[in-house]
Amino acid sequence: MPTPSKGPRLGGGPAHERLLLAGLATSLFEHDRITTTEAKAKRLRPLAERLVTFAKRGDLHARRRVLTVVRDKSVVHRLFTEVAPDMAQREGGYTRIVKIGPRKGDNAPMAVIELVREPLSAKKATVKEAESATRRAAADKKKADEAKPAAAPAAEVEATEVDDATVTPAEVQDAPTQDAPVQDAEVDDAPAKATD
Amino acid sequence: MAVPKRKTSRSNTRSRRANWKALPAVLTTCPRCSKPTPPHQACPSCGMYKGRHFAEAERTEHQA
Repeated sequence: MPTPSKGPRLGGGPAHERLLLAGLATSLFEHDRITTTEAKAKRLRPLAERLVTFAKRGDLHARRRVLTVVRDKSVVHRLFTEVAPDMAQREGGYTRIVKIGPRKGDNAPMAVIELVREPLSAKKATVKEAESATRRAAADKKKADEAKPAAAPAAEVEATEVDDATVTPAEVQDAPTQDAPVQDAEVDDAPAKATD
Repeated sequence: MAVPKRKTSRSNTRSRRANWKALPAVLTTCPRCSKPTPPHQACPSCGMYKGRHFAEAERTEHQA
């Protein structure tokens, strides 16, 4: 029997849950911000974000995929033409959930879920650019290091990895020559070879 | 079907219920209006959370 991965389903069954979530998604894309219970908001988030991803893609196929969930064509049009351009700079995190106090009546924990439509702040954009540049530089450097045959620091790193990992025969053969300056490594290797 | 053999004594009932204790609500201070507010929630008195305003969170004295 399939078990729901995120706790019990909303509503009375799988179909009811689909309908509930579709209704919530429609309202969210229509009004940008809806107030609902915390559980529903949490379940809505992944669905809504996937639909926004489709909207960013923007082609007819994506539109038809979204229309299978959000049945209202005007809402889908709004999602594709107004919401999607605002999300162009964003890589995920299209919605924001903020908890508010419990509801009067049944004391259910409530939350506000809204589309994050404000543009990425200039500072954050700069930071992201810098980070990606650093990552690219690091990747280039690593590639260069790998290209250099038998680089000393690389060899040391390999030696330490050999200690941690399960010792394969090929590594054991390599290890003694590389480990020469490291006393501990040799001691560690000895029993491993004995067992092999 | 399994059923209780004996009536639960008043003593047992009361000693069981003596352990039902209410916990004090966890509260922090709102950085903006310095009123007590639950953590990780929009402030019920001013509606602010992490520099954003949420009108839905605001509660009047009677609603709270």
